[in-house]
Amino acid sequence: MRLGLLLLVLAGPAAAASPPGASSCSGCHGAPGGAVPSLAGHSAEDIAASLAAFRTGARPATVMNRIAKGFSEPESRAIADWIARGGP
Amino acid sequence: MTEIGRRAVLAGLAAAALPRPAVAQGARGRVVVVGGGFGGATAARVLHRAGLAVTLVEPVETYYACPFSNEVIAGLRPMSAQALGYEGLRAAGVTLTRTSAEAIDGAARQVRLSDGTTLDYDRLILSPGIALRFDALPGYDEAAAEAMPHAWKAGAQTELLARQLAAMPEGGTVVLSVPGNPYRCPPGPYERASLIAYHLKTRKPRAKLIVLDAKDTFSKQRLFEQAWRALYPDHLEYVPLAAGGQVASVDAGAMSVATDFATHKADVACIIPPQRAAPIAAAAAVADRSGWCPIDPVTFESRLVPRIHVIGDAAIAGAMPKSAFAANAQGKVCADAVIDLLAGRAPAAPKLINTCYSLVAPGYGISVAGVYHPANGVLADIEGAGGTSPVDAPDTVRRQEAAYAEDWYRTITAAVFG
Repeated sequence: MRLGLLLLVLAGPAAAASPPGASSCSGCHGAPGGAVPSLAGHSAEDIAASLAAFRTGARPATVMNRIAKGFSEPESRAIADWIARGGP
Repeated sequence: MTEIGRRAVLAGLAAAALPRPAVAQGARGRVVVVGGGFGGATAARVLHRAGLAVTLVEPVETYYACPFSNEVIAGLRPMSAQALGYEGLRAAGVTLTRTSAEAIDGAARQVRLSDGTTLDYDRLILSPGIALRFDALPGYDEAAAEAMPHAWKAGAQTELLARQLAAMPEGGTVVLSVPGNPYRCPPGPYERASLIAYHLKTRKPRAKLIVLDAKDTFSKQRLFEQAWRALYPDHLEYVPLAAGGQVASVDAGAMSVATDFATHKADVACIIPPQRAAPIAAAAAVADRSGWCPIDPVTFESRLVPRIHVIGDAAIAGAMPKSAFAANAQGKVCADAVIDLLAGRAPAAPKLINTCYSLVAPGYGISVAGVYHPANGVLADIEGAGGTSPVDAPDTVRRQEAAYAEDWYRTITAAVFG
């Protein structure tokens, strides 16, 4: 119990497992080799830049342009960092 | 504290035995998941990976996926492509009980199984799916569904409708009845209409499909109607509510489908009836008078019974549709929330994504997407995000979306059941 309280303090009030929205990505993005590009092996910079380009429309897409608009720059950056670290 | 700093501290607290110490450290308790579809199987996997004791309650050994089952009906895909097993979950170490949940006592935090045993829980996740309402449409009961399949739960009903369609005489009439909202898979009936029309056009060109709809507007409507005009002008007749499309009764013996204005004689009739959450939701007292389950949009915890979370088609998820993609996304968010709650942490507000593909013909895909967040107590659309494929897209985009649809199915089934 003491350990639990200690952790509660250390972890803060909202230690989410993943940044908002990030866990949804693996619904489509899986292992390499499919029609949908895999996110494995991409740097956080790459992923964040892609999300920014989808959001502005600079990079054409079928669906990622519609999805990227649901995330701010900091949110996109957090997702990119999380995925680049290995995701779930 | 920085993320790295926090992780280092947690690692130093002897959490090394757990696969995801940063998440699971501090979370302890028993979690039971009822329902091994796209939502429940996902949640069970995430909880197990986090090191929690989780039991998945699912009576069937083979799960038949609904996504892509319309292709089976149209003779474009074998039923075996829809069959998913639980070997992958077992191999990953998830505990499964091959029984069904009969009753849930929310006060005692206990699930009673059909074999008479009970499971205690600290948190329960219900992902039970839907029940067809056999009391909602006069003439349409379980016996009638053997003559007029709903095929809205994949399995024997899917194969029955596929057989009926294949055996239908040249020049026959197919009637497809579509319910009012809400129901599982909002664009599903229109994908089914499209692929049945494709089947008729290519194999029985003198036959015809009549779609009787209990509403006037529907998901991806402009895209579907555009495709129907271009591809199936002689094979698909769409009758919206305003033109008398609402089915008032059916007669399975006479194979007739009646609206207030006309009676249609059918050679094949697919009746998709109104729906509600599967019976265990009502047994657990988490379904409201609508038949569906109100939830907190951050944790998916029931508004009616504490410590029971509801995900997937059974939940009232605001703007999120009842789809396999949504159930999978909710399974992950809900499992993470349960981990936080069991660790004494307040879960952060999530965001969730949905993407639903429909095929209007082989190689012709369209999609609708959305991004959602909790707002005013419900899961709301994030304005400016989401929406459908463009109406004026070239064929290359339609082909690409069809390929993405196929790939989505491969990815999500591998992630959940592989």
